[in-house]
Amino acid sequence: MNKNSTWARIKAWPLFLPVLSLILVMAVNIVHDVYIGANPFSFFMITLRETTGNGTILYGRIIDILNRGSEVAILAIGMTLVVSSSAGTDISVGSVMSLCASFCCMLLAGYGVSSTSELARPLFVGVLGGILLGVLCGMFNGTLVAYFRIQPMVATLILFSAARAIGLLLCNDLIVYVRNGTFGIFGSYLGIIPTPVIIAAVCIAVVAVLLKKTALGMYIQSVGINDKASRIAGLNSRRIIFLTYTICGLFAGIAGIVASSRITSADSNNIGLYFEMDAILAVALGGNSLGGGKFNLAGSIIGAYTIQAITTTLYALGVASTQAPVFKAIIVIIIVSIQSEPVKNWFKKRNLAKQTKGVA
Amino acid sequence: MQGKRKMNGHTILLLITVGLFIVLYAGGCIAYGSKGFSHLQTFLNILITNAGLICVTCGLTIVMLTAGIDISVGALIAMDCMILAVGMRSGMNAVVMVLIVLVIGIAFGTFQGFLVGYLQIQPFIVTMAGMFFCRGMTAVICTEQVSITQQTSALFYAWANAKINIPFGGYINNKGKYMTPYIRPSVVIALLILVFTFIMLRHTKLGRSFYAIGGSEQSAAMMGLNTKKVKMRAYMLSSILCSIGAVCYCLNTMAGSVSQALGLEMDAISSSVIGGTLLTGGVGNVIGSFFGVLINGTISSIVKTNGKLASSWPNILTAALLFVFIVIQSVFAMLRNRRK
Repeated sequence: MNKNSTWARIKAWPLFLPVLSLILVMAVNIVHDVYIGANPFSFFMITLRETTGNGTILYGRIIDILNRGSEVAILAIGMTLVVSSSAGTDISVGSVMSLCASFCCMLLAGYGVSSTSELARPLFVGVLGGILLGVLCGMFNGTLVAYFRIQPMVATLILFSAARAIGLLLCNDLIVYVRNGTFGIFGSYLGIIPTPVIIAAVCIAVVAVLLKKTALGMYIQSVGINDKASRIAGLNSRRIIFLTYTICGLFAGIAGIVASSRITSADSNNIGLYFEMDAILAVALGGNSLGGGKFNLAGSIIGAYTIQAITTTLYALGVASTQAPVFKAIIVIIIVSIQSEPVKNWFKKRNLAKQTKGVA
Repeated sequence: MQGKRKMNGHTILLLITVGLFIVLYAGGCIAYGSKGFSHLQTFLNILITNAGLICVTCGLTIVMLTAGIDISVGALIAMDCMILAVGMRSGMNAVVMVLIVLVIGIAFGTFQGFLVGYLQIQPFIVTMAGMFFCRGMTAVICTEQVSITQQTSALFYAWANAKINIPFGGYINNKGKYMTPYIRPSVVIALLILVFTFIMLRHTKLGRSFYAIGGSEQSAAMMGLNTKKVKMRAYMLSSILCSIGAVCYCLNTMAGSVSQALGLEMDAISSSVIGGTLLTGGVGNVIGSFFGVLINGTISSIVKTNGKLASSWPNILTAALLFVFIVIQSVFAMLRNRRK
């Protein structure tokens, strides 16, 4: 009986599902390592390695997952807030990432230049410009959703199709390379730790503190649960929805800079491709309802790294990058099916039937 | 009276869409008349290029009427084209391959519909997984581009190159030869699908149920509709129409590749929205969606005829139009709420 209640308590833990999926992915890795005869814990090994370009760095599969998953984790923060406040998703983040990257590289290289090693403007101008443009895009989405009351998906569809195209125009249809060490810093290593990991950690920490220390988190949830009631209670619900979209744009901008710095160029067609899907997936995997209301930021972030862990695992298993989505899809369907109401009810009913049988 | 006023609002939106298409097209004719834009064939080419998109948009409109969304369509087209191409390369008959593709469409749609209707998972997540699945499956079948030539399937090749001449609207070209305007069989299929969907939505019980569920799912359930079943059917129809669209699309491209029809789902959604379909469900019409497709087609046609504009302009212009349209829609909705 006692054991049963502990199990029930674990199951009721909001992070149960995201953590369970992460553990499952790790288990697959361990099984695979045993199968190929490697050290069963090579997945968790972190070593120091000498590299030619970056000096001594941390090396290991976990580090790789944390590093590669940074962009999605950063996007997932904003997406969680947007989903919570407006019961809709911002599908423009991937395109906005690309636009911000293009704008940043355009500022750094100068218009029409396709490759440069000398910065045309100071580094901070480009980076700040890119991030500011992200904020502007977020404000545009926010205005449409909050003040024109357009369904979030349609409102963000505009920038979804336009932002990438505008980015191409800004770059004069070229891939702009900024071959300068100072720009590459955001995508490479700071000391021994990958910079994207640090940036993601800072973003998460700032938002976590903001949500903990102010009432913002509560406001967002209350608007998401009942827009009208929150307004009657004295919240400016429109402004809160607007704010969440602006924050989402800000993080899209930051993620765009990181992604572009990783490849030290602005590849408008490929930066952030399908990232909106991954970010939404991270939110859903984190156990958050896409119907708005209560949210769990930690869940989303675990979700984001779970997605990256799945991808890395698939590559380790030898699945081609174009074929990986099949497995992603199957995993998503299994996870969301388990989470869905009818299946949950079915399990509950079965448990109840078992219990009554036991009593009788 | 209330009903009539409501109808008026939507009729005005539809009229704006149709009007915009006429204005755009007339503008194109005036600006690029010398480059042959005013010939009937230019219009028919828009239909030919977008035949697949018309089928897909019809299906998507049905799903959107039930307040759902289906973003798997683009990837499903890629998968269908790849199956067609690979199947025919291995010597299968074209008719058999088309039937196989349609069956796959039905199976895929039934599964998505089951997840949305019976398991009550958000349509966006289900169809996103569907999108990943199809795109990945395309790569599993074959990672390189497979083209369909006369050698691989003479029948399919004949379908793709069949011309249906139109007895009027021809012109005499520079060499003094009379050019008869023509359409391809895919256009006929697309237009038949359009008429079929229109009649189905207007005059059948199933069609009315889609509107009822989109308007208010709770009321529809109270009225005695089996909402789960109707929702499932919407996704089934969407995937079937998408598979038919895939055949039309394949007749145009004559190839299968992983990156085919990338982002087509967004073209279809934006066409529907420009045509007056609301993503919240219950409002919309396939005729509007058809004109939405035509507007998108006209924009890319104008940009192509101009030849100097960057390739990213159609995207930007479509997005700008979308912006204008949804703002108009929201203003209409606000006015209506205020009147109440």
